Amino acid sequence: MKAMNEMSVSFLSVSANESFARAVVAAFASQLDPTIDQLADLKTAVSEAVTNAIVHGYRETLGTVYITAKLYETGKIVVRVRDKGVGIPDVEKAMEPLFTTGGEERAGLGFAVMQSFCDKVAVRSALGKGTTVTLHKSLLRRGREHE
Amino acid sequence: MGVRLLLREETLTARIVGEIDHHTARAVREEIDSAAQKVKPLRLCLDFTEVPFMDSSGVGLILGRYRLMQMWQGRVILCGLSPQVEKLVEISGLNRLVTMERRENDESHE
Ligand SMILES: Nc1ncnc2c1ncn2[C@@H]1O[C@H](COP(=O)(O)OP(=O)(O)OP(=O)(O)O)[C@@H](O)[C@H]1O
Ligand SMILES: [Mg+2]
Repeated sequence: MKAMNEMSVSFLSVSANESFARAVVAAFASQLDPTIDQLADLKTAVSEAVTNAIVHGYRETLGTVYITAKLYETGKIVVRVRDKGVGIPDVEKAMEPLFTTGGEERAGLGFAVMQSFCDKVAVRSALGKGTTVTLHKSLLRRGREHE
Repeated sequence: MGVRLLLREETLTARIVGEIDHHTARAVREEIDSAAQKVKPLRLCLDFTEVPFMDSSGVGLILGRYRLMQMWQGRVILCGLSPQVEKLVEISGLNRLVTMERRENDESHE
């Protein structure tokens, strides 16, 4: 399937960019005329993926976070968040709810939140090379299919 | 981003203003903790009325304050939750550890 629109943005892995990243994706997704709830879910999922890239991927170092988003005629958005950081040794384990290497103040719920706020979440990671998280979400309004 | 603190009858209320994410959570945490550790209140009420957005960093924030209050057998109460914040709190299972009070104008739904 060919995307009807596409954007990409990259930025430094500083935490001030977490709100920038979710706002940019939400503004782009608005073209599909989503509901306020759908947009809130998307923003939350993007915030989780971007925060992980900054907090875990690049840890104490600075790097670049890359986002691409594609919109499809079917009302679907696909958002890819990529870092060139440390990578995840065991993706399956990392995605288990409550698993965290982040210490006391992290809940270990980022992946669980992405999964419940999106239709599909795919994670590809290689140690020392980085991590790519792909979020799939339909922004179609109910009852719109036949318009 | 900010926190407004109010102490009344053994309840410390922290009214959080702004979006809660990894970037903003630290300042919120430090402000609440320095007050809570001084006062050791029976109840800590986290007021989310003016929180338009929160991600799992907010869940970590609540969990951390729950652990702190446990040190002197205090309770945590959440109030002013928007549907988005409430959904997150439910996914996290936090609703088993803390008391939740919904936004006043949402009660008509029941
Ligand atoms: N981009 C990444 N690079 C390296 N490790 C990662 C990355 N994303 C996630 N991880 C690993 O997976 C774990 C689980 O991530 P998840 O987002 O579910 O929880 P968390 O970030 O630890 O806590 P929370 O998201 O609730 O604040 C992390 O603790 C970390 O070890
Ligand atoms: Mg996370």
